[in-house]
Amino acid sequence: MTGVLPITLEDSTKVVQAFLYSGKEYICVMKLHGDVDESHIRSVLSEFEGEIYQRPPLRSSVKRQIRTRRIYYINYLEIDGRNVLFRVGCEGGTYIRKLCFDIGEVLGVGAHMQELRRTRAGSFNENSQTHVTLHDVAYYFNEWQEKQDPKLLHAFIQPMENALVLIPKLVVRDSAVDALCHGANLTAPGILSVESCIEKGSLVAIFTLKGEAIALGKATLPTEEILNTNRGTVATLERVLMSRGTYPKIWKSGTKQ
Amino acid sequence: MPRTVPPWEIKREVYIKAEDETDPKYGHAPMERSPNELIRYGVINLNKPAGPTSHEVAAWTKKLLRLEVIGHGGTLEAQLLS
Repeated sequence: MTGVLPITLEDSTKVVQAFLYSGKEYICVMKLHGDVDESHIRSVLSEFEGEIYQRPPLRSSVKRQIRTRRIYYINYLEIDGRNVLFRVGCEGGTYIRKLCFDIGEVLGVGAHMQELRRTRAGSFNENSQTHVTLHDVAYYFNEWQEKQDPKLLHAFIQPMENALVLIPKLVVRDSAVDALCHGANLTAPGILSVESCIEKGSLVAIFTLKGEAIALGKATLPTEEILNTNRGTVATLERVLMSRGTYPKIWKSGTKQ
Repeated sequence: MPRTVPPWEIKREVYIKAEDETDPKYGHAPMERSPNELIRYGVINLNKPAGPTSHEVAAWTKKLLRLEVIGHGGTLEAQLLS
């Protein structure tokens, strides 16, 4: 299998979580074990849009219990003999091999996954200029070591913030930053702006005014309430991304702001 | 089945709750990081080749860039393994 594989370097490894929960898109070749008309394939594929049930395969890295996954879309592209090409957008953790097997069962002839290419993982897709091969990585890194031109690093490394663009954002005051870096929960007075569609329990990304990611958290209130409240916790912290001491410590332990 | 919008098609509005300024003395915008910081807080959108596993590709990248820690998001396994 080929395609988009986000690689997180050193401290940005903490943003991996953002990719695991993010949506994915694949282009897949499914091999049918019998002949089926195109119109029947199209209608069966569309039946798989929405919520599906999947038991993780024998060789998998998670507990093998039935779970639900959302298929945002399946677009039939073409058929060549018994090879069906389709594009699927799905929730993270959907097994495409399993999906092909299940589609084969519903078609009545059986099928298996022949080839798979990931075309998107969260905000990363294969059309961006920064989608690079291992050869590019080796080339630009060696060039950078020789010439020390930062452009050469920017040619293949992106700031971790680019991995977080699909996660709803909360922007906070400078004075709130260091407390967050020490793992404190985010409270209402520190908030400057908030994005729409945050629900209680949503994964949120907490940013500075300069656009630096501070931490990932779980919202404890929806967008409207975050906007209207002036006290109390708004998000609990999941992962701190920024190192302590980047911003000054202006909080005092044991006192209220 | 009702269709849900994929996360990359969700349009989000930004609501301002309060105004404040940021002190240029502390931190800096992501695109202004020093080379070392860029690597330390960096992510690569890699085009995984066919053949090796995601773990192998991540390990190669780590060796290539002489790093201590590396991770990858969403395993894309080799044909034979999964």
